[in-house]
Amino acid sequence: MYRKIASILAGATMALMAATAASAGTLEDVKAKGFVQCGANGGNLIGFGATDEKGEWSGIDVDFCRAIAAAIFNDPTKVKFTPLNAKERFTALQSGEVDVLSRNTTWTMSRDSSLGLQFVGVTYYDGQGFMVRKSLGVSSALELSGAKVCTQTGTTTELNLADFFRSHNMPYEVVAYEKNEEVLQAYEAGRCDAYTTDASGLYAERLKLTAPDDHMILPEIISKEPLGPAVRQGDDKWFTLVKWTLFALLNAEELGLTKANIDEKKTSDNPEIKRFLGIEGDFGTPIGLSSDWAYNVIKQVGNYGEIFDANIGPSTQLGIARGLNNLWSKGGIQYAPPIR
Amino acid sequence: MSVTTDTFVRDDLLPAKAPPRNTVGVVGWLRQNLFSTPLNGVMTIIILAFIVWTVTPFIRFTLIDAVWTGPDRSVCATATGACWAYVKAYLPQFIYGRYPIGERWRVDLVFVLLLIGLIPMLIPRVPYKALNAIFLIGVFPVVAYILLTGGHHQFVGSLIPSSLMAPSPLRFAVQYAVFSAVILGLLALYARLAGRPISRTTTPAAMILGYIAVILVLVSLDFGLVPVETANWGGLLVTLVVAITGMVAAFPLGILLALGRRSNMPVVSLASTIFIEVWRGVPLITVLFMASVMLPLFLPEGVTFDKLLRALIGVTLFQAAYMAETIRGGLQAIPRGQYEGAMALGLGYWQMMRKIILPQALRIVIPGIVGSFISLFKDTTLVIIIGLYDFLGQIQASANDAKWASPVTGLTGYIFAAMVFWAFCFAMSRYAAFTERRLDRGRR
Repeated sequence: MYRKIASILAGATMALMAATAASAGTLEDVKAKGFVQCGANGGNLIGFGATDEKGEWSGIDVDFCRAIAAAIFNDPTKVKFTPLNAKERFTALQSGEVDVLSRNTTWTMSRDSSLGLQFVGVTYYDGQGFMVRKSLGVSSALELSGAKVCTQTGTTTELNLADFFRSHNMPYEVVAYEKNEEVLQAYEAGRCDAYTTDASGLYAERLKLTAPDDHMILPEIISKEPLGPAVRQGDDKWFTLVKWTLFALLNAEELGLTKANIDEKKTSDNPEIKRFLGIEGDFGTPIGLSSDWAYNVIKQVGNYGEIFDANIGPSTQLGIARGLNNLWSKGGIQYAPPIR
Repeated sequence: MSVTTDTFVRDDLLPAKAPPRNTVGVVGWLRQNLFSTPLNGVMTIIILAFIVWTVTPFIRFTLIDAVWTGPDRSVCATATGACWAYVKAYLPQFIYGRYPIGERWRVDLVFVLLLIGLIPMLIPRVPYKALNAIFLIGVFPVVAYILLTGGHHQFVGSLIPSSLMAPSPLRFAVQYAVFSAVILGLLALYARLAGRPISRTTTPAAMILGYIAVILVLVSLDFGLVPVETANWGGLLVTLVVAITGMVAAFPLGILLALGRRSNMPVVSLASTIFIEVWRGVPLITVLFMASVMLPLFLPEGVTFDKLLRALIGVTLFQAAYMAETIRGGLQAIPRGQYEGAMALGLGYWQMMRKIILPQALRIVIPGIVGSFISLFKDTTLVIIIGLYDFLGQIQASANDAKWASPVTGLTGYIFAAMVFWAFCFAMSRYAAFTERRLDRGRR
């Protein structure tokens, strides 16, 4: 009994002593500890947040965290990843376990307003799409009238599906299963004509089919699933920093600045590029960084387009087209306020 | 006149005839065991057909059609059998999770030390059991902890305000000394009031406090090891850490709870009963969920508590409640005469328990204890819901890798997980059977 009491007391004291003093601000904390703690997808979502067999992290969400590290430390490796699952991700952010949550999280009003977090922007505009066999000869979701559609039960996917078909006055038949694996199997076995889930998921699931190239993802997106990083509410300085890291990635693509050419662009006469690179004006100090913070981000990590292409773009195994995620000037909706 | 008689009298025994051919050999065995009645015959055929029907495809999938080598998914994408190439490529991650590659020798070393400590412990003939136990319970956990986490913890102490003393290891040491002194003082006071010898009461407590102090010093030393956060642990490492810690820590706690529940002291008995019933009344998944999602919300902001540690505490308390009930079953099976005999010899409560009751009670409940260990080992897979990637979780996550995703990748991973879990559980169960037979020898 003494031993028990002693060990309990010792445990309690140690827990108290492990408690750190109240934090000053996330940026100060990050600078003090020397790295950014980033909440990433531990369940391996290819192209967004995943580790390979060597434990190396890759993906859009992961590269975004590296961009933050590059902005602060001029070193994209000064980031530590905490693998999180869908249930605990918000708690991990709220409790301060991670500094930024970059884990394919959909930005919704309820999350933004009641979970004590703030979304900084959208790194990937996702939405529900359809996958069909190429042999079906369909090139648009509007031609799916009368189709059998495979989906998961009890998700918003099923509701979106109903809305889409009803609003276009098309008959359809749902083939729903409990587990994602079952849905894919049913689709592969030909029990349905189309398979629907979030587009990013469709591209990933396609790889699990026997002949991925025999299947295509239709261009229509029937729901809004904007995925983006989030930070804790109440630290506006950190919020601004993370937000502008994302904007810097987008602006760089718009200005044509890439990892490869950014050094030669230093001599450019374009005032926007000069401001971006910190040659003219100082936009770093107000957010607590050096004036060449944006240069460091692009030099170390690349611009948004480069990150997209390297992780999920057409040349990768996923082969996702830019679509909505193209810049506003190129037919997409990715848009960043100017650095001015 | 010689009387001849037709009567034939045999003066030797007939040689035994061979038994009917259909009752010996393979045929006889088959007739006797498989086709003794028409009903049994039909059953045999049905079951055989069922076995062939189910096992053949399994063997085809896992062995004949399997892909054994290859660089990436291209070899498995069109395969109709298991993709063992993927298991081969991912095996290190299944074992170590995201533990940094350059530091994995530390995990290996821990595994080796565990085997060195455990194997002689499990073989009854090997001598020096006491030393072995001290190594396994007192030394190994500390060494393993330092190796796995990297040690070098900075204790600065926070109970004494900074205005009195700057945060430093010294402040922590002062704090610990004060804390120890208070504990010992209280114990001495209690012994005084209860009229017991003070030194007998305080010496064990002082030893324990001293042991904790030594551990604290050791984990704060810098051995030059790179710290590895538990978030990066994974695979078999996490499975074993959770399972072994759960088993080892729950066992003494379970004994105490079982004794507490059967105690005559109402407060102790009630407290034990409440503890046991509360923890047995909730599913493990709820415990883990509380520990990982709710607990951080109750703690003040900025206070984070290692996720793995939270899971370990949850699993241990949960397992202790089950262990307590198992052991209580053993205590109840001991005849009253044993208790009375022990008391008649003048043994005190703890002496009676340690020398007479527990050895017999624990022997009776070995199957129950092993059963709950095995179920704990399998239950560790639930830690996936709090974002700890144990063996199964790591396999599930890896099956999504674009480099290896294919129709058979996930399936292969699950088969591999099943085989490994089966091997561990079967080994535990066989060892328990062996121990049972060994301990039972004296009673037959």
